[in-house]
Amino acid sequence: MACVSFAKLNPPSSSWIGGQQSLPQRSGSSARLATRRVSLPIRAGAYTDELIKTAVSVFFKTIASPGRGILAIDESNATCGKRLSSIGLDNTEPNRQAYRQLLLTTPGLGEYISGAILFEETLYQSTTDGKKFVDVLHDQKIIPGIKVDKGLVPLPGSNNESWCQGLDGLSSRSAEYYKQGARFAKWRTVVSIPCGPSALAVKEAAWGLARYAAISQDNGLVPIVEPEILLDGDHPIERTLEVAEKVWAEVFYYLAENNVIFEGILLKPSMVTPGAEHKERANPETIAKYTLTMLKRRVPPAVPGIMFLSGGQSEMEATLNLHAMNQSPNPWHVSFSYARALQNTVLRTWQGRPENVEAAQKALLVRAKANSLAQLGKYSAEGESEEAKKGMFVKGYTY
Amino acid sequence: MASASLLKTSPVLDKSEWVKGHTLRQPSTSVVRCHPVAPPGLTVRASSYADELVKTAKAIASPGRGILAMDESNATCGKRLASIGLENTEANRQAYRTLLVSAPGLGQYISGAILFEETLYQTTIDGKKMVDVLVEQNIVPGIKVDKGLVPLAGSNNESWCQGLDGLAPRSAAYYQQGARFAKWRTVVSIPNGPTELAVKEAAWGLARYAAISQDNGLVPIVEPEILLDGDHGIDRTFEVAKKVWAEVFFYLAQNNVMFEGILLKPSMVTPGAECKDRATPQQVADYTLSLLRQRIPPAVPGIMFLSGGQSEVEATLNLNAMNQAPNPWHVSFSYARALQNTCLKKWGGRPENVKDAQEALLIRAKANSLAQLGKYTGEGESEEAKQGMFVKGYVY
Repeated sequence: MACVSFAKLNPPSSSWIGGQQSLPQRSGSSARLATRRVSLPIRAGAYTDELIKTAVSVFFKTIASPGRGILAIDESNATCGKRLSSIGLDNTEPNRQAYRQLLLTTPGLGEYISGAILFEETLYQSTTDGKKFVDVLHDQKIIPGIKVDKGLVPLPGSNNESWCQGLDGLSSRSAEYYKQGARFAKWRTVVSIPCGPSALAVKEAAWGLARYAAISQDNGLVPIVEPEILLDGDHPIERTLEVAEKVWAEVFYYLAENNVIFEGILLKPSMVTPGAEHKERANPETIAKYTLTMLKRRVPPAVPGIMFLSGGQSEMEATLNLHAMNQSPNPWHVSFSYARALQNTVLRTWQGRPENVEAAQKALLVRAKANSLAQLGKYSAEGESEEAKKGMFVKGYTY
Repeated sequence: MASASLLKTSPVLDKSEWVKGHTLRQPSTSVVRCHPVAPPGLTVRASSYADELVKTAKAIASPGRGILAMDESNATCGKRLASIGLENTEANRQAYRTLLVSAPGLGQYISGAILFEETLYQTTIDGKKMVDVLVEQNIVPGIKVDKGLVPLAGSNNESWCQGLDGLAPRSAAYYQQGARFAKWRTVVSIPNGPTELAVKEAAWGLARYAAISQDNGLVPIVEPEILLDGDHGIDRTFEVAKKVWAEVFFYLAQNNVMFEGILLKPSMVTPGAECKDRATPQQVADYTLSLLRQRIPPAVPGIMFLSGGQSEVEATLNLNAMNQAPNPWHVSFSYARALQNTCLKKWGGRPENVKDAQEALLIRAKANSLAQLGKYTGEGESEEAKQGMFVKGYVY
């Protein structure tokens, strides 16, 4: 794409910017620099146009109207097991299949949901009628996405913090997922304020995300970039803002270093709130103010969409906060990528019974529509159920 | 402002540093889980000038207005004067700057004027303080604070910008004299690489200068000029610009600079001056806006482009092309040569030409004002205005 020239260096201690190679030492000094032009391919992924189109279409209808977000249903089998056991079901494949089928075959879901993040098992699964889930999604005009990380493990040299693994073999895995129909990927790492966070943990989180993003784009998947700053802790909202600004500065710096195309990524941040155990709660307007301040300071407008995680907020909180952030135009689409905040009431309504499926699907639509309205800044809390208001924070939650 | 929790750390933690203000402690026992303890107060750096900085930056980044850069060092000003046959004396510099700041109605198109130190302390030929004239014109006075470019050791014949020594008290004194924004210009050379070293030094110097400026009440204009010199294509400029701005913003963040209280002064993304392929204003706009969208968080209120050797008309056309649709930041101009060129020639050093010269300045200022609003049409432009001003190896 671009031509670069490189020159013989004397002294050769400096490295070049932008695709030039470092050169071996020359013996003897030279007064002039010899220049030579070489063509060096700059990383320009084969999928660039499609990437950008996917990113944009994940949340815009073809007629270009917003009001859509992501349904996150990529719980690992273990985590899905927790969901199922909370309503008295065993963690079996048929049960997981039945639950995901309930969610994905909800009629009209595509009016509010533009993308669904799947776990690997689900990407390759079908409905009980034998229809591939990816096909169900396509028919709903919902883009299939895939969780590609391999989970959190302890980070040596840190303060009991975690790092997210998954880079090994990621390229071939991503290619396979693309073949199966996935068009976006997701990688969730975490940052813990009570544990510091240490500069090491932040650096590792940011670097891992940047590498994953580059590999994803290379294989046709729009990467969702998710450094979750955990809710755990008793810190005030100012501290969250401080940490979030640090984390995102580092993330974007490494994304740039890895030549990730910003027009072809999505972000999945946590909102800027006080810690769950902080004595003062913050109202939606305060959360919106702090979160938008953070975004304006850290997110270049090339990034098309910012899809917030709910991370333990109640269904209603998550909707109210999103609504508060959309009271005036933003330079990027500000929307949702919710798991618990979309699924909680659904799960309780279903209770694992076939006769409850319709009601459960209706419950999903209620939440999806509420968040769609919130994305448009038009949500009103009238008629919300008590279930929807229940907080879902679990201290030390492992996901 | 923010509190932080201090933690007892596990033994292996010698090497980790904390993010923001934590200290590491050697524990007596190892811990399996981290235990938050009662947080002490931690003051986050919050400049006492924060509100004023935001206000000033917004005022400069107001619609239809831009910056008149007239901060030529005495040596450079001498070149301007010599080009119209005048000697480089203080009186002549004073006469010229008087002409510029007194142009009637200038404040309709110009929101800020960058001065050289001499001018900040000067009076007009009528004995009125230059800063007072500007403030009356509704123009914010600014001050060049860097101490120029010198060779960068260990690089490929590249430069670095000096000026951090004593910058804090200097900035405070400038503030007292009436300056409300500062400017620091460093350069990056594509024919010379650029080397990673030169880019890092440029970005770090800018970040340090910006933090010191804000600490002393001055809105920093952040200017890493990627020189026009070279035969590279526009893609190469784009690549280098992306790298430079990524580094600049990373270091600005590390230095806790408040983004709502800075302005940028980038070079537009164009081919090198000696590249055989020229670019249209549309192409320059496309590439430059891509760059901005990929690198500039919307908290930054204003992006005031330098003209760097473009002709007066080119500089205006390119700015106009960038303002054909709303941008998340104010996209405007901070022009020196591209505002002053015709004006200077019209003046020729003669008092009887002052009025015509001021007219010429207003014509260019108005043209760029229209360009900022995306409403410029090229009608009626003079031949003088179309002349390119690129000087190879230009030393500013």
